[in-house]
Parts: sequence; structure tokens; C-alpha cells
Amino acid sequence: MADLNPSGAAGEHRLDVAALRRDFPLLEREVHGRRIVYLDSAASSQRPRSVLAAMDAYYETTHANVHRGVYAIAEEADRLYEDARLTVGRFIGAPHPEREVIFTKNATEALNLVAYSWGRKNLAEGDAVVLTEMEHHANLVPWLMLAEERNLDLRYLRVDEDFRLDLADLDRLLDGARLVSCTVMSNVLGTIPPFADIASAAHAAGAIVVADAAQSVPHHAADVTALGCDFLAFSGHKMLGPTGIGVLWGHEELLDAMPPFLGGGGMIRDVRLDGFVPAELPAKFEAGTPPIAEAIGLGEAVRYIERLGVDAVERHQIHLTAFAQERLAEKLGDDLRILGPRGVEGRGGVLSIAYKDIHPHDLAQVLDQAGVCIRAGHHCAKPLMRRLGVTATARASLYLYNDEADIDALSAALADAGSLFG
Amino acid sequence: MPGLEDLYREIILDHYRSPRNRGELPVPPAHRVDGYNPLCGDEVVVYIQLDGDTISDIRIGGQGCSISQSSASLMSQAVKGRSISEARGLVRTFRQMMSLHEARIADSGAPGGAGAGEPNGGGAGAGEPNGGGAGAGEPNGGGGSDDDQDYGGEVDLDALGELAALQGVVKFPVRIKCATLSWNALTQALDEMLSS
Repeated sequence: MADLNPSGAAGEHRLDVAALRRDFPLLEREVHGRRIVYLDSAASSQRPRSVLAAMDAYYETTHANVHRGVYAIAEEADRLYEDARLTVGRFIGAPHPEREVIFTKNATEALNLVAYSWGRKNLAEGDAVVLTEMEHHANLVPWLMLAEERNLDLRYLRVDEDFRLDLADLDRLLDGARLVSCTVMSNVLGTIPPFADIASAAHAAGAIVVADAAQSVPHHAADVTALGCDFLAFSGHKMLGPTGIGVLWGHEELLDAMPPFLGGGGMIRDVRLDGFVPAELPAKFEAGTPPIAEAIGLGEAVRYIERLGVDAVERHQIHLTAFAQERLAEKLGDDLRILGPRGVEGRGGVLSIAYKDIHPHDLAQVLDQAGVCIRAGHHCAKPLMRRLGVTATARASLYLYNDEADIDALSAALADAGSLFG
Repeated sequence: MPGLEDLYREIILDHYRSPRNRGELPVPPAHRVDGYNPLCGDEVVVYIQLDGDTISDIRIGGQGCSISQSSASLMSQAVKGRSISEARGLVRTFRQMMSLHEARIADSGAPGGAGAGEPNGGGAGAGEPNGGGAGAGEPNGGGGSDDDQDYGGEVDLDALGELAALQGVVKFPVRIKCATLSWNALTQALDEMLSS
């Protein structure tokens, strides 16, 4: 294990990236004979050995189903699973983590849970739901599906010329709205909207507020109270955890009043042939055997980030985002455009790149040859692609294990692509 | 760029930079088919004008990566002025190159990551038992659809001319769909025109 905090707990310590990279086995491999430069963490991050070890240890020593066993390892499994819930809850500032943190399959399922359970109970024909043009499909399609069923009035905050949300229309859009669901950080533009302001205006208008925090929780200190949301959804695999685990946090009163989402074992207090009584929170929303090892892995991922220091992770992200913008501009000049806000104010480390009219797939292909992993495509945000007037972008996304050398590798590989297609 | 010279050959880059037969044709009398790759959002529009049994004119529209656009450009050159059956034959040979041919490339020890075990390849073993030339691998006995048949035997690269430059694409399996996009649209256009 690397010395994660060499300069001590206090002060403005920087991440020791060279040291912490050694915790990530995948980053040691080569592709096409080159050191791997992983710049696709917005799609899925890599995970440190401690996360893998926690999951292995559970399977090797403690595996049993949760919630039902009275024998020793079943109780231990139970405790590990519930500890993970408390760890994750503490990480996002949940006031009542033991009841308010629901484990799901991913952020997508968490958002679907809100749409199906809260939405079906509370939204009727003509009710207004406010979304934004920069949402991921996970925060669009569930509402589009519900809108089809209920004939809802879907309204959208627009993206302006600076790739930020245009809030001029906010009050008009909020008039009569029942629900607002908005990203905390765009997976395409990196934009971080003024979420707390939007949430407080939404509450003033009588709407409840859903936060799609899949991109923000891995990088920024998340606090559900400071954000002012009523629900918060995110995924484990974008924050050093395993795939197959996501989280929905919701206000206790709201969750209590909602009907179950999926039905099955574990989510009931009683079942008769003519009906059932749902279980208390959080079990009410966790039908079937949950992703136990994955929850334990996510809990360990949170502890890993906390050991590095959430503030240090955030500062690293800001530093590297600024460095990337400067270095790419310096090396590639006006041929390179970044589809996202300039600077580091109100934006995170997601860089959607347009370079010399080279198609994103061709860019990604050439970069792959240099060991540089970026994502090319619509990034599950087709309405935003249309708004930007493109079919796809080439996206490099940064995380705590990336450093200046990774940016230089990106820059050099882009230059190679430029000379091949120029 | 080492490792990519098989994919981005000079002919391909040339057709990407200067696409041939780019534009539109009036519909009708021409026929239009839109090809769409939902994976990457690429689109190709194929306009076909028939004069009796001959493809008298063809135009290509849409936008996409170098592979999809150069493949469409090369295709337009190859089928313009040809008879419908000649064009279908070309489609068959091209698809054959995009599938079975990867086995041969894998044998030659080229990198290509995915190797011989790729899903649409079926590997050399699948192709060999049918023996014979390209024609023998046609269980449906000519005519009819060209879709997804299990072609046997060798690919007649000579018959493909410049199109053979696209053979390197099979080493990059995720790009095969880029190369075949316009060919699928051409097949659909011919099918629709003959059935109407």
C-alpha cells in the first residue's frame, strides 16, 4: 500500500500519484507495447487492490446471504453489508444512512427507482417535470417512459454557448413543476451546474429535486444537505468500486411514503396469498439477494478515497484539468477545441475534444495505438450531441491516478492523429 | 503510425479526404436509402439511379469516420456503370473479405488484438470444409439475398481492385461495421428497387 498521505493529514497536501498508481494493478499493464494511459474514468474507473482484496476476503472467509442467517458467517456478512451502507452514507452526508441509503445495481437503476416509485405515485397527466439538455440517457429515458405513460409535461433547461445551463428560463420552467432532475456534473461537457441554487428555486416552486451524481461523487466532496437534493443517485464503478453496485439516497419521509419498486424476497414484512406488507427502509427497496460483495467493495473504495483525502482528490482534479487545457492549447493550438467550459470554475475533469475535424472514432483509434484510452461516441447523451451539432465527441476524462505525463501522452497522440489525417 | 498502416492505407485516406460521387440525386427517379450505425451515430445516404439493368449513377451523402466514408466512396466508384448482378457479386465478395478474411490475416501473425477467435469470423475452420471458390459457399444457390451467408473459400481480391485496401479493417473488429455500412445500404436500395 502506498503512503497515501505523505505530508500528513493537515494542510494542502497533494496526491502522490506515482505512489498511488502502484495500488492499481491494471495501470501496470501495457497495450500495443506502450504504457497504458487510462483516460476513460468517466465511463468507468479502475480499482485499487484494497477494493479487490475486500471483495476476495468476503468471498473467501465470510460469504453467506444477508438478512436471514443466524449462524456466525451470516451475521458477519450482514455486518459487512450494513457497514458498507453506513460508510457510503457518511461519505455523502446522509442524515440517516441506515435507512436512507438504498443499494441498487447502478445509478441508472437508482434513477429508475425514483421515476417508477415516486413518479408513478405522485405524477399525473399534465404534471411538469424539469430536466436539462445535458442529461445522460439514464436521467432522460426513465422520465420519457413515464411521460409516455402519464402524458407528463417535460421541460428542459437549455445549454448555452459557454456549455453551461441557461438559467434565465428557470423560474418560468419551474412554474407548476412537480419534480426537477438534474446532473451534478455533465459526463460530456464536464459542466458543474449551480445545483444548490437550482434546488432551492425548485423547492420554492414546490418541486422535489433529484441529483444525478454519477460523475460528481467520485471527485468532489458530496453532501446531500449542501446540494439541497431530495434524491441522489450514483454508481460504484466510477469511483474505484466494482460494477453492479449503485446507490440511491433519499429523504427518509419521501422513501417511507413511496411504494416498493421491485418485488420479491427481502423487501417484505409479510406475504399472504391475497397481499403483502412491505418491509421497513432500506429493505423495502432491496428485493432479492443484493450485490453483497459489490457493496463491500464500494465501502472499501470510499475508505480508499477518504484515506487519500476528499479535498486532495478534488484539488488534484482541478489542477490536472487546468494543466490539460493549457498543455493541449499550447501544443495543438486552434486546431483543438474543447466542448466544455473554459477554465476550472464550474467544471470537472471531463474533456470532450474536437480536433481538426478528425472523426472521434479515428482519433480514438490512433490514440489507442499509443496506449491512450479515451471514449468516442455520443456518451449516452444524444440530445446534447444534437444541441452541440455533432454526432459524437472524443472524450478524455481524468481521475486521481492520472498525472501530467498522461496529458502529455494524450497531447502527443493527438498530434500523431493530426499528421495522419491532416 | 506503426500498427495502423493496415487500417489507414493511403487509398483510404485519399477517398476520405476527397470523396468520390459525393452529393444527391433527385428522388424519384433515383432511389434513396439511409444507413445508420447506432453505435457511433455515423450515417451514410446512398442514392442510386438505374438505367434498365445498369447502375447509371450513384451519389453518397451523410457523415462519419474515415472508414465508413472511404468505404462508401470506393463502393460508389466500383459499382457505377455496373449491372445489378455485377454489383451484387461485388457486395458478396466485399462481405466475404470483411468476414472470413480475418482468419487469413490472423494466420499471417499480424497483431490485431482480437485474433482468430472473433465472433463474425468463424475462423479458418468454418470456411475450409466448403472448399471450392467463392461460388461454392452459397447455399442459397444464387440470386436472392446476400445477407449473412456463410461464405467459403478464398476471397478474390483481384475482383475488388482498390476496395482491397479495406481488407486491413478486419484486424480492427469494432470498425467492420463502419466499412460495411454503405454496402448494406446499397443492398437495401437494390432490393427495394427490384421489389417495387
